[in-house]
Amino acid sequence: MDMNEIKEIFFQECEEQLAELESGLLKLNDGDRDPETVNAVFRAVHSIKGGAGAFGLDDLVAFAHVFETTLDCVRSNKLEPTQDVLKVMLKSADVLADLTNAARDGGSVDESRSRGLVKELEALAHGEVPAPSAAVEAPVPKAAAPVVAVAPTDPSGFQPIPFSFDDFGGEDEPAAALPTYEVTFKPRAELFSKGNEASLLLRDLSRIGEMSIFCNTDDVPALHKMDPEGSYLHWVISIKTDKGEDGIRQVFEFAEWDCELDIKLQEDDAASAEADSELPMIPVPFDLSILDDGPAVAEADTSADVAAAVAAADTASNVMQMAGAAARGEKKESAATAAAAAANNAQAANNASAGQTIRVDLDRVDRLINLVGELVINQAMLSQSVIENDNNGTSSINMGLEELQQLTREIQDSVMAIRAQPVKPVFQRMARTVREIADITGKSVRLVTEGENTEVDKTVIDKLAEPLTHMIRNAVDHGLEMPEKRVALGKNPEGTVKLTAKHRSGRIVIELTDDGAGINREKVRQKAIANDLISADANLTDEEIDNLIFHAGFSTADKVSDLSGRGVGMDVVKRSIQALGGRISISSKPGQGSTFSMSLPLTLAVLDGMVVTVAGQTLVVPLTAIVETLQPEASSIHSFGATQRLISIRNSFCPLVDVGRILNFRAMQANPVEGVALLVESEGGGQRALMVDAIQGQRQVVIKSLEANYTHVPGIAAATILGDGRVALILDVDAVVAASRGQSLKQEMSLASVG
Amino acid sequence: MSYLVKNLTQGSRELIAFRIGDQEFCVNIMSVREIRGWTPATPMPHSPSYMKGVLNLRGAVLPIIDLSARLGMRPTEPSPRHVIIVAQVNRKVVGLLVEAVSDILTVTDDNIQPTPEISSDLEKQFARGILAIDKRMICLVELEGLFPDESEAA
Repeated sequence: MDMNEIKEIFFQECEEQLAELESGLLKLNDGDRDPETVNAVFRAVHSIKGGAGAFGLDDLVAFAHVFETTLDCVRSNKLEPTQDVLKVMLKSADVLADLTNAARDGGSVDESRSRGLVKELEALAHGEVPAPSAAVEAPVPKAAAPVVAVAPTDPSGFQPIPFSFDDFGGEDEPAAALPTYEVTFKPRAELFSKGNEASLLLRDLSRIGEMSIFCNTDDVPALHKMDPEGSYLHWVISIKTDKGEDGIRQVFEFAEWDCELDIKLQEDDAASAEADSELPMIPVPFDLSILDDGPAVAEADTSADVAAAVAAADTASNVMQMAGAAARGEKKESAATAAAAAANNAQAANNASAGQTIRVDLDRVDRLINLVGELVINQAMLSQSVIENDNNGTSSINMGLEELQQLTREIQDSVMAIRAQPVKPVFQRMARTVREIADITGKSVRLVTEGENTEVDKTVIDKLAEPLTHMIRNAVDHGLEMPEKRVALGKNPEGTVKLTAKHRSGRIVIELTDDGAGINREKVRQKAIANDLISADANLTDEEIDNLIFHAGFSTADKVSDLSGRGVGMDVVKRSIQALGGRISISSKPGQGSTFSMSLPLTLAVLDGMVVTVAGQTLVVPLTAIVETLQPEASSIHSFGATQRLISIRNSFCPLVDVGRILNFRAMQANPVEGVALLVESEGGGQRALMVDAIQGQRQVVIKSLEANYTHVPGIAAATILGDGRVALILDVDAVVAASRGQSLKQEMSLASVG
Repeated sequence: MSYLVKNLTQGSRELIAFRIGDQEFCVNIMSVREIRGWTPATPMPHSPSYMKGVLNLRGAVLPIIDLSARLGMRPTEPSPRHVIIVAQVNRKVVGLLVEAVSDILTVTDDNIQPTPEISSDLEKQFARGILAIDKRMICLVELEGLFPDESEAA
């Protein structure tokens, strides 16, 4: 396994961690205060940081570190995870995802945005320091905040950067003298069992500053009492460094959970600590000026001395508080002894038992699914031939075959379940889309998801993201009103977009509901007339008007925005849903919002079809296309022109299409009375009655590509293999209907065009 | 194995010979995947006359070409005694309906005589040479010539 493979695994894990992170943050956003949730979020960031460190992805590490520090404040209950705090964190999660992607695929990240967020996060981490110096520092984050809040709303990255440089300048002022820390490092046995090495840690520590070290051997027992795997040594290190306590902690970062680590700033070094980088505005120069004036006035001298001493002590304690605040949670963690470790271990064990997974290449699963499909067909063929050759149906062969049949069915179901994945990742991606669009449009939006554990085939999930993003954009951009308007209408200023998924009769139904203005039917109508989609005097029902938005080249937005409004949105959505074998419908109530409902097949590998006979051939008609089936009576068939025939169904006339004729299976049109009519609805709207000779039944068929070894055949969507091992063709209803339409204009031409 | 290697070094090749009507043809053995008996195929709509339909080959959909009709001869009336040669042509797998497989030949390039000048374009398209073996005449067919392009088969 080379480095790239390991890196690839890391990025895969990152994706999972990011998903975990986001779902955790969203839970917190919904008011969940379970410490385990906070821990999960913290762990996710920590793992990403750890992995990124191993691969030298410095940008990622730097950002993750700041993020982690802030999360730690939440974990230690020092920072209340309010909505505002979580908003920053969710944005940080987005940036973290961007950074991860940038690290994987190259490309760059909007630096002003991540830098702004770093400031915000740092501000949050320091936000509740009770020391008076907080007042000095507070204006900085406060001043920074509005700038940052604006930054993400501008995709072009326009941001007053000099401002943030000022901020950095203030904080990065180099220390005049180095503070000395006293570090007590006491490794536990677990540290060694995990492959860490104390001497390496100490060596790393020596790199960040000048240090002296003392090894305490007091705990070493007599030789006969010694556990060879135990840990008996601890070290007391005195180190001079400008990296601060955080820098020291960073060295011990991955050992932290398995050792006792105590870091103290040495009191007698308070003077040098004054210049600690954490405190940009310390009144030291002021004190010095008093001292300078000192010799002139003796009284002042003494008081100034006192003042200086007090100031120094104050500052020292402030520094302590400041430094301690950032890492207090970690300190607690490390200070707690075996109990905490045990709890951690128990947690880890819990996590492990929660669900073990393996990573498998999708190709392998597909091959397995293919083979199992063959197995099912083969089994059906076998039982059919046994039944044909065996007259007394109670033989042991028959019994065995029945069991085999059940087993193969079960295998097929389980194999299909491997590909089934919850829709959760897609829904989570949508959460991000909502946040970004809400920012850009200046609307306040809440995304509610339901049924995100509903499972569906992975290919469906992959192809779902794009249309869903389109629709969410539309919902937020066009559907929801501006907050002021919502208030004026007596609605909650925060709009709600609800995304639900559920299983319904062997399909997955995904609904997107917004509580916005609903479809402005008058506007849609005007636009459709302006775009020549309908005639000005067309009399349309509300539903028909709503469906106009699925037409190509349609947009109701007055002006084309960055997000939506180019008029390619909804027809693309409809087409991609249809390409998945799904349907989309819309219902809208003016003033109350719209609901888009998509119904999709659970898998693309199998299809529910009606098996029919046409001119002696077996064909499969996709069930999704069929509206109803009926037995035509001679009285309801009407000739129309030379060759056309219409069938009257409940007083409406529908063109009759002979499938056998369209597919060139027979030269003459069949007698409709002898066959069955399938009423189908095609993409272009409009119904057609397809004539077939007989219906054999309804069944699930495995879709096989015709193009793999042959070419595309007009009127045929794909092929499948029936239980008897023969190939049956799956009818492309839309193409057949389209051909029939051409036929009604010019018969010979249409045949030539399909042929 | 060593036999094959020796043959290859001598620039010889193995061919599968088959019969259509009273004529014999052969194709390169390397393009043949398997040989199986005829089973009724599912006809395809709007297909050329030599296209017999599609068969299920262990889960893959296999188009069946009536080679006799494709070569411009009388269309075959398939019976269970007919044979389908499953061959790889370009990146596609097709089934060739022939009367019977007759022989496996090992020939060198010297054995292959050039096709005589004949007016028929079709023969020029697929015939790559003629072999004279045991007083029989066997025509070497190039499958890529029969299905030069995806669009041709339709």
